[in-house]
Amino acid sequence: MATITYREAVVRALAEEMDRDSDVIFFGEDVGKAGGVFKVTPGLYERFGPARVRDTPISENAIVGAGVGAAVTGLRPVIELMFADFAAVTLDQIVNQAAKMRYMSGGQIKVPLTIRAAQGGGAGFASQHSQCCETWFMHAPGLKVVVPSNPADVLGLLKSAIRDDNPVVFLEHKVQYTEKGEVPDHTEHVVPLGVANIVRRGDAVTIVATQRMIGVAQQAADELSGEGITCEIIDPRTLVPLDMATIIRSVQKTGHLVTVEEAVHAGGWGSEVATRVTDEAIWSLEGPVVRVTLGAGIIPFSEPLEHHLIPHKARVIAAVKRTLAV
Amino acid sequence: MSEPLSAAMRQQMLQRMIEIREIEGRIQELFLENVIRGTTHLCDGQEAVSVGMAAVVDAAHGDTVTCTYRGHGHALALGLTMRSMVAEMMGKVSGCCKGKGGSMHLTDMPNGLIGTFAVVGAGLPVTNGAALTAQTKGTGALALGIFGDGTPNIGAWHEAVNLAAVWKLPSIFLCENNLYGEYSPYADTAPVENVADRACAYGIPGVIVDGQDAEAVYAAVKTAADRARAGDGPTLIEAKTYRYRGHSRTDPAAYRPEGELDAWLQRDPINILAARMIADGQITQAAVDGLKAQAATDAQAAIDWALAQPHPPLDAVHEDIWV
Ligand SMILES: Cc1ncc(C[n+]2csc(CCOP(=O)(O)OP(=O)(O)O)c2C)c(N)n1
Ligand SMILES: [Mg+2]
Repeated sequence: MATITYREAVVRALAEEMDRDSDVIFFGEDVGKAGGVFKVTPGLYERFGPARVRDTPISENAIVGAGVGAAVTGLRPVIELMFADFAAVTLDQIVNQAAKMRYMSGGQIKVPLTIRAAQGGGAGFASQHSQCCETWFMHAPGLKVVVPSNPADVLGLLKSAIRDDNPVVFLEHKVQYTEKGEVPDHTEHVVPLGVANIVRRGDAVTIVATQRMIGVAQQAADELSGEGITCEIIDPRTLVPLDMATIIRSVQKTGHLVTVEEAVHAGGWGSEVATRVTDEAIWSLEGPVVRVTLGAGIIPFSEPLEHHLIPHKARVIAAVKRTLAV
Repeated sequence: MSEPLSAAMRQQMLQRMIEIREIEGRIQELFLENVIRGTTHLCDGQEAVSVGMAAVVDAAHGDTVTCTYRGHGHALALGLTMRSMVAEMMGKVSGCCKGKGGSMHLTDMPNGLIGTFAVVGAGLPVTNGAALTAQTKGTGALALGIFGDGTPNIGAWHEAVNLAAVWKLPSIFLCENNLYGEYSPYADTAPVENVADRACAYGIPGVIVDGQDAEAVYAAVKTAADRARAGDGPTLIEAKTYRYRGHSRTDPAAYRPEGELDAWLQRDPINILAARMIADGQITQAAVDGLKAQAATDAQAAIDWALAQPHPPLDAVHEDIWV
């Protein structure tokens, strides 16, 4: 085991997969010679050369489209969109083209494309560089959506995403880039898409959270354990496919569900989890499903406002107490 | 014009154009009878672009094409069978896309057709991706993207042409300037006289070609193909052409000035090639008429076959979403 950062896990996964498969190429804005604006991908250009690691013009449509076309014709491209918010300028290529081409072609085509982007708030980047965008992509069948929360999962899930024959949107949380964690030393640490991770065991309540909200849930769980309330924390790791079986098993045990999302309330992934639980396990529920979200929030610049808006420990504790009615 | 094509190639182009003309007419009838639902975008009048382009594309060596929803002619020229295409338009399981795509979304990978894209401009970034595969793997293949005269106004077009130029991709951007984008005349939406004029902004050749002359289209695409395969980058080709019918469905094209259609009918791509071949002693008028009769028979057979095909099983609605 080695301890590496979330950021280092990204470049390690890329390097390992590029070593393993010469069809893997990587491109995006300033990702090559400069190593990326978040300094996530240094060294790849030097190691794999200008044919396989390319800097692009500022052309998100052209970047994603080139990824789609390359994927359709036999490469296994990984592209970077820098800030996930910029997916909005190329939503057509992602949602109408990458996601639907296999279906519209009656299965003639596959699109083994990985789209990496950094999302999330907490770093003072304000409204257009801080959103969590996962639900945009959950609404486009054909895509897979990955939201890793720690270095080992970044490594293992990115390797799976690259090997997957479907278009995968791989969303890294930019505030987590400096977080450290242990990862195996070997080069076959592959985490399958669609398998949730039970981060913490408990009996009183099931908390489903992703990315940075796992840490927030942990803080809440630490404090609640002092009051004798033990929380089970589940990290779905991928939102498409979504491992409902693990979540439902947990709810059947605890009888209570809280979701913690760094995203807008309406149509958030927590709504999907909540309705699936009510559909498949309503008789196990002993209290309301409570969702902790941004509400109808837009990430502000002001630091106190930003920290107020993004779910934090006190709000998770309040949510747990609400479902438990204590 | 460069050297004339062989009699065999000319014959094939002529025959294909006649087939395309015939089936498009039948498709319009089937649409009006509600046998084909949704919408259609027919290409009558533009057949020379399809066959000139297709004569250069070598799918067996990895060449690929993207085009627009006005793609029936291109698909047939590349080698899709009438049966498979008509069945697709009827939503039948035997269609090339198992009935999931329809008139606007034809994909035929064995013949190099990645797709007929129905979002304006969307196929061109994808064309670059196919060119990127060719460049990265050194296959010598090219990727050709076809679009209309209204398309350079959308950002995806600019991004794609720019990226292809910067990376010297083996891409070819082939414009079918049929004078209208939907109901708007070209000049109302574009600030330059020719689409090809835009090429200078990207430092690539911009070529104007007579889109009613299949051999001229072939020659222009061939030159661009040689350039692409040699690693010299993309070319923008503008084929000046005309669609005989309205934009789609039942559009009567009332926005066209009187006499415009008649003037273009004087320069019909089928007649131009047929007359040239007759003058060169390569075909007789009787043989041309024979090709037309054969195309009508073939179209009817394809329609009868497609009508007899089953719809997809309902379970198929959720198939082919993920691998
Ligand atoms: C992004 C987008 N905007 C608008 C449309 C609606 N639309 C379909 S075809 C068309 C006109 C395109 O004109 P042109 O590029 O000249 O192609 P043509 O139909 O003449 O072959 C428009 C506006 C669309 N399909 N996609
Ligand atoms: Mg047009």
